[in-house]
Amino acid sequence: MAPHSAMGCRRAVLAAAAMLAALVSAAGEPDRTSEAIAKYREMLDEANPAEFDEARGAQLWKTPRGPRQVSLERCDLGKGPGVVKGVYAELPRLFADSGRVQDLESRLISCMTSLQGIPEGDIVARPFSTDAGRSDIEALVAYVVGQSRGATMNVSLRDPAEHIAYALGERLFYYRAGPYDFSCATCHSQDGRRIRLQDLPNLTTKLGAQRAYTTWPAYRVSQGLFRSFQWRLNDCFRQQRFPEPVYASEATIALTLFIAVNAGGAVYNGPGIKR
Amino acid sequence: MRIARHFASIGIALAGACTAASACAQDAAPEPLFERMLQRDFRPKGIASVDRLAQDEVQKLCTETRDRPAAAEQARVLREQLAKIAWPADGRFLGDWRAGERLAQDGRGMTWADRPGGPVGGSCYACHQLSATEIAHGTIGPSLLHLGRERGASPEMQKYVYGHIYNAKAYNLCSYMPRFGVSGALTEQQIKDLVALLLDPESPVNRD
Repeated sequence: MAPHSAMGCRRAVLAAAAMLAALVSAAGEPDRTSEAIAKYREMLDEANPAEFDEARGAQLWKTPRGPRQVSLERCDLGKGPGVVKGVYAELPRLFADSGRVQDLESRLISCMTSLQGIPEGDIVARPFSTDAGRSDIEALVAYVVGQSRGATMNVSLRDPAEHIAYALGERLFYYRAGPYDFSCATCHSQDGRRIRLQDLPNLTTKLGAQRAYTTWPAYRVSQGLFRSFQWRLNDCFRQQRFPEPVYASEATIALTLFIAVNAGGAVYNGPGIKR
Repeated sequence: MRIARHFASIGIALAGACTAASACAQDAAPEPLFERMLQRDFRPKGIASVDRLAQDEVQKLCTETRDRPAAAEQARVLREQLAKIAWPADGRFLGDWRAGERLAQDGRGMTWADRPGGPVGGSCYACHQLSATEIAHGTIGPSLLHLGRERGASPEMQKYVYGHIYNAKAYNLCSYMPRFGVSGALTEQQIKDLVALLLDPESPVNRD
């Protein structure tokens, strides 16, 4: 992506958002609505403010922080200490040192606690950015996933622990509960469906999972914030009318693994940009 | 039955087989492990308590069969669900379609971000096309545009629509549609307002 000034980038996104209104109202007939939205997405792709979060994350990565005043440059995200390139395309996976299947966020927590000595409570106190303040871990996510752009999704199930996590994720995906009887599958197991104007990926198909997974984490235009995959799942469960999933918990990692495996073979293209 | 067919596609059944990558790995995650995970990894927030994770009979049966329960069991549970519908004591099903349209537009309610006792909408446009003027409608459920114009507003039709909103699972067991009356999301009057929206010839559903 070509570099943009902060103002120029945001102006381009706002212009695209204004165009959406024009395109949708011009579309008139409902069957042309999706076409108009696709055009809007194309325009958004040309200027993604997520690059500012990537830059902030890169700074956080190499700056000595925490009680031990060390950087994260010795953090092992799966390809050895300090390797960032391409790691996101192979997460979640089992880590020998923790004995747990971990996604990117849970692994970043491991590194921040074990290397930098930052208490876990401090990290998970602000897992997601809000208007009141930005989350450090979301910026780190932006940086790391950006370093996997162009890598081929290759989350494989080698260890029995990974098979179990996949199966748990699959079970959770189809688990219907709550006051509205929703599961993930209610919205995400059919092709070409929408909620209001929002297209819903069919995460039970290879193509659907690939398209969705390779464009998250993402900058969310309507919120003006970069959003991690943990945030994406959290907000799905909110709309599912479930209680809140614990941040970076086994349940969220299992679900992430389920979708990531289904997305295998696709070229990772995040951070994305969403309406 | 024509009316039933109009609503039947809400509950699209999923392919029964597990996805290819899993090689049907359900056995790898035994029930107790899954239950423990649910108990440990979800916590109450706002009005969304953890008891929401417990499944009732419909949720359990539809989860276990991927929305394709065996015929005999399906018939039994459908009867049970029909018995859960509280029909209006005054025998009337039609409310105010204007209030119904506002409810149909309103997607609030029941999430952890919603206030206790706060407004709950019908979220109808989230999944259904209802009027020609509202193009920001979802497509998970079938289009209900011109429902009243095409099916009429006979007492049987009014009762059917009321029952379907009150408890969609009494008609199509594993429907994706919430049970707005059973769950307490909508009141009797609100459901009547939605029936009017769908069937009144003057409502935006039928007049365009």
